[in-house]
Amino acid sequence: MSHDPTGRDDGRDHADDARAQVARLVGLLVAVLRWSAREAGVPETQIEAEVASTLAYARRAVTGESAVDEFGFDPDFTEHVYLPILRPLYRRWFRTQVHGAENLPRDGGALVVANHSGTIAIDSVMTQVAVHEHTPDHRFLRLLGADLVFATPFLGQVARRAGTTLASRGDAHRLLEAGELVGVWPEGFKGVGKPFSERYRLQRFGRGGFVAAALRTGSPVVPCSIVGAEESYPMIADLAPVAQALGLPYFPLTPTFPHLGLLGLVPLPTRWIIDFGEPLDTTGLGPDDADDPLVVFDLTDRVREHIQTRLHRLLSERGHPFT
Amino acid sequence: MSTVLVTGASRYLGARVARELCDASGVDRVIGLDGVEPRHPLGGAEFVRSDLRNPLLGRILARADVDVVLHLSLTEPRTSRERTATKEHNVIGTMQLLAAAQARAGVRRVVLKSTASVYGSSAKDPSHFTEDDEARGGRRGGYARDALDVEGYLRSAARRRPGLAACVLRPAHVVGPHVSSAMTDYLRSSFAPVPLGFDARLQVLHADDAVGALVAATTSDVTGTINVAAPGVVGLRRAVRLAGGTPVPVVVSTGRLLSGLARRVHLWEMPDEAIDHLMWGRALDTTRMRHDLGFHPLHTTREALADLGAAAPASPAHATLAAAAAAADGLAARLDPALVGTGAHAVRGHDGAEAGPRP
Repeated sequence: MSHDPTGRDDGRDHADDARAQVARLVGLLVAVLRWSAREAGVPETQIEAEVASTLAYARRAVTGESAVDEFGFDPDFTEHVYLPILRPLYRRWFRTQVHGAENLPRDGGALVVANHSGTIAIDSVMTQVAVHEHTPDHRFLRLLGADLVFATPFLGQVARRAGTTLASRGDAHRLLEAGELVGVWPEGFKGVGKPFSERYRLQRFGRGGFVAAALRTGSPVVPCSIVGAEESYPMIADLAPVAQALGLPYFPLTPTFPHLGLLGLVPLPTRWIIDFGEPLDTTGLGPDDADDPLVVFDLTDRVREHIQTRLHRLLSERGHPFT
Repeated sequence: MSTVLVTGASRYLGARVARELCDASGVDRVIGLDGVEPRHPLGGAEFVRSDLRNPLLGRILARADVDVVLHLSLTEPRTSRERTATKEHNVIGTMQLLAAAQARAGVRRVVLKSTASVYGSSAKDPSHFTEDDEARGGRRGGYARDALDVEGYLRSAARRRPGLAACVLRPAHVVGPHVSSAMTDYLRSSFAPVPLGFDARLQVLHADDAVGALVAATTSDVTGTINVAAPGVVGLRRAVRLAGGTPVPVVVSTGRLLSGLARRVHLWEMPDEAIDHLMWGRALDTTRMRHDLGFHPLHTTREALADLGAAAPASPAHATLAAAAAAADGLAARLDPALVGTGAHAVRGHDGAEAGPRP
């Protein structure tokens, strides 16, 4: 390479140097990644594929090629960052079994109604993973969340990008009408924030707004029963004054939280079962029935009953929560 | 054939609407009204320099035989010091305009440009606001309160005077290369503070489409309130980058504190409701715009923001991002050659919601 007095080539040399250094760094990172995969006993190729697809996503995110829909849902982010991070928890930590995935429709709108438990709402997140893994076209479960989720920094941001929107009649209606698979946990904070002694006992099912939205859009209602979440964060007591001071609906005391600090946030490794039941029979009911409170209450009760019965059966099938 | 009076005609949007209306079918005369001399060409429109509170307004309406009033002059104060004057103009001025219009039997239609800010922004917001929704938990700034008051006056004027049709448009933030507002200034600023841990859903309206929607509302017979916004939403960070600015994450409480201090020394202003908007954003249900008004924007939110950015010089942050993209590419290539430089696979089930309907 010749050096001319303008010093232009000099600059090019620096750029080449920088590029060579980046290449060396990249090579090192790849080696580290392969080594950690071998140590963890996971096939190198699988890890590489996952990391490569996440990186390809990172590139799209940086260059602005990925986009969000009108609800703030970013399918690219969900598929390449959010779900891959949750998958080890879902597979290895909770060893989740899924029953009745064939009850989830292949396409079109449907409302998945499930029991809420486990102090922090990790059950809804695991159901998102289950739905993505067990539907032939890898459908996304769009969640309906409380406004507190969106008021919380980072949590609200990630939840929106992963497809959560406000639990409200309008949003549920809009998603179902667009043919999305919508997940709702109608017990809300009453479900997640109940003490361990009340485990697997369903709380009141909101005001039935979710059933009305399903009726109005003619969407099937799929009951979903989740076993395992209760024992992963057993709430021994609720420190109500602390909760009040922090503006939270409850402040949990579990065997590990808060005295173990952040470590106490790690869930106990219970074995999970996520069971999708057959869609409820709504023949003879139409959009007009959504305005009839009696019909709505009745249907709400039927969903609740179904889930409660199913929970009892699953519990006796499962046996010990940690094996 | 009709005669249209356009208030706020000296400003960019008002002047453009006045110009376009001159060519619209069914309109044979356009009169622009403003308290200051026009700063933009008005084309075939006539101009009358007058304040809304001028008692001669009634005589202007009578002499020109105006039958449609297009009220575009609601103003958003840029600093809190302007607040009193703008409120005077927005609320008292509009009351006088409406009183004059109501008294003139010839006036058959009033179209008001309000704002989507009346919905506020909060964590309790639905994904989309319909025209029947009210602000959920969001606070309203002075301008939004003025707009709501004025909307109410217009509705009651229409109730009182048979034969007077009222139409209210609630546009999202209007952006365009020539529009200067607090929002466009923010989006284009070389360091735009964005709330850490939040990524608001932003929906805007391109200036071309704002003009189109206002012309459509003036020449149609549709009544009632109509949201107007471009299809699609964009996250705040992306929006700032598209518009040519550089987002700088700031902890919200610190941001509020700094903004309060800056306001006190008249350095820089960002009202609380604007910070709320940067935390949660807002999206509008535009069913009525598409079906009742029959208006379909030509630009998506993304395109409108990109158009804003095309007019701005590139910032140094963009070069850094491009370098980061190249590095990510390099690493991905080492791992899985199939993914090289693609920005890879199109994502399943995602058809680019922002593509939106194009006529």
